[in-house]
Amino acid sequence: MNIKRTYPWYFATGALVLYSVFFFLPSLLGIGYSFTDWNSYFDNFKFVGLENYRKAFSSDYSKYIWNTVYFTVCTTTLKTVLGCLLALLLTQKFIKGSSVHRMIYFLPQVLSYLVVGLIFKSMLHPTRGFVNNFLRGIGLDRLALNWLTDLHLVFPTVILVDTWKGAGYIMVVMIAGLLSISPDYYEAADIDGANSFQKFTKITLPLLTPIIINTTVLNITYGLRVFDMIYSLTNGGPGDATGVINTAVYKEFSNGNLAMGTTLSDILFFVMLVLIYFIIKSMEHKEVKQ
Amino acid sequence: MKAGTSKTSSAILNVVAVIGSLLVLVPIYVLCVNSFKSAAESSSMSIALPKELHFENFSTVIEQGKLATSFVNSAIYSVCSVILIVLCVLFAAFVISRNNSRLNKGIYYFIIAGIAMPLNNVTLMKVLQSLHLMNTRPGVIFIYAAINIPLSLFLAYGFIGTIPRELDEAALLEGCTPFSMFTKVILPLLKPIASTLVVLNMMAVWNDFMMPLYYLNSSRKWPMTLAVYNFYGMYEKSWNLVCADIVLTILPVLLVFIAGQKYITGGVSAGAVKG
Repeated sequence: MNIKRTYPWYFATGALVLYSVFFFLPSLLGIGYSFTDWNSYFDNFKFVGLENYRKAFSSDYSKYIWNTVYFTVCTTTLKTVLGCLLALLLTQKFIKGSSVHRMIYFLPQVLSYLVVGLIFKSMLHPTRGFVNNFLRGIGLDRLALNWLTDLHLVFPTVILVDTWKGAGYIMVVMIAGLLSISPDYYEAADIDGANSFQKFTKITLPLLTPIIINTTVLNITYGLRVFDMIYSLTNGGPGDATGVINTAVYKEFSNGNLAMGTTLSDILFFVMLVLIYFIIKSMEHKEVKQ
Repeated sequence: MKAGTSKTSSAILNVVAVIGSLLVLVPIYVLCVNSFKSAAESSSMSIALPKELHFENFSTVIEQGKLATSFVNSAIYSVCSVILIVLCVLFAAFVISRNNSRLNKGIYYFIIAGIAMPLNNVTLMKVLQSLHLMNTRPGVIFIYAAINIPLSLFLAYGFIGTIPRELDEAALLEGCTPFSMFTKVILPLLKPIASTLVVLNMMAVWNDFMMPLYYLNSSRKWPMTLAVYNFYGMYEKSWNLVCADIVLTILPVLLVFIAGQKYITGGVSAGAVKG
């Protein structure tokens, strides 16, 4: 059998062309344009070297980078811990109606980030929102805060809303992982007289590690690229308090500072490139094992 | 844990699970009850049931929020891009998985790198302009296809590996061309992965907000996400209308979710567990 003729290369052209033109080409162009002063006001642009990158790491813009990192670290940690705890909880036999609980926890995942942002923006409205009216109703007036406009509160609020949306998905993945662990291990551990904490640290956790790594990768790549959630909840505000890289890119884009928008996007690109190196390494490792 | 759990602690943990579920359901419940209230009644967004049902909220919203047009737009974008993605990906995954040449391995990694890579939205505008696709429906459909191909290829590649090669050989001996071998023999076997891809990509495209925000400036072409965002900005003073609009926007997705619940959770976790 002639492999080349049986599996013709042109079967792959559709995917390859679409991906190259609408995904890879912009990335490539982006790197080129990041060394210029390209904007939407003048047709001709000139080479400015690393000026844009210098600006991106200066005081005005570095805030966006740190906010992105902060958001990513917090949401990844919260979703992983919460998702893991929920998965452990809902795989216990004494939980009544656990499949209903699983469905409910997963529900936010099918809603769009934008809609979730809008739902919570109205729920958290300082005077007319559900949360504050509810708190006042049960006499907790002091807890009725300006969730989305207070400089100290806004970031934790955004992170919690994002966790509300994303933790259920991580839970579903973790449950799939937990169920794939053979009960024989636990039986053997019971015979050896292990307690539940030992069973968790010696059996569950090691066997769940590949899943935890996968969900962490998912959470990190989501967190670094976050846009919809923040755009709809706060639009980066108040001021720049919750601005992340992708909201800044959109701001620069709408203001016509195209080169700066590209540069910020490129920084994300380079960070991801490093991460991807490790992801592919870990996948190759797995293929060998299979 | 199983044998030694006392009655009290199992009761406490059951309560914890219920509280967690309530935390998820309360926002959606509040949204639903307020969508039936009058403007004045909904002003404090309480959990109380509406005194009388104002169904006219929904007709107002459908008219003012241009929900009919945006629903059709969302449907066009998701259906077209899903067809494009599934076809491109299955064909590509098949040859890449069967012919493990260096070149194919390179193509595979090149494309699946896009699972994590950020898209450069600024220069993509430049590309769209030079192809005369800026502010057009095909433009957005192509972008959706391009950004969703990587994960789909990754999933399909893994699945095709489980289909025995002997089938290809038998089909060729029967006189099939490579194309008819794939479409007549292999494609029917790919139904499970194809359905997963359809569900995953359908949700991803339906829920997306960023691409129309960047690349569609005429409101006639807006999908539901952009329409609801815009509506929110205009009617922030009347929660009943905002709630009704959001309810109608999430209704299609919720119906699909409730109908195919097991299927969706299976599909979305498949990628992460296999990966």
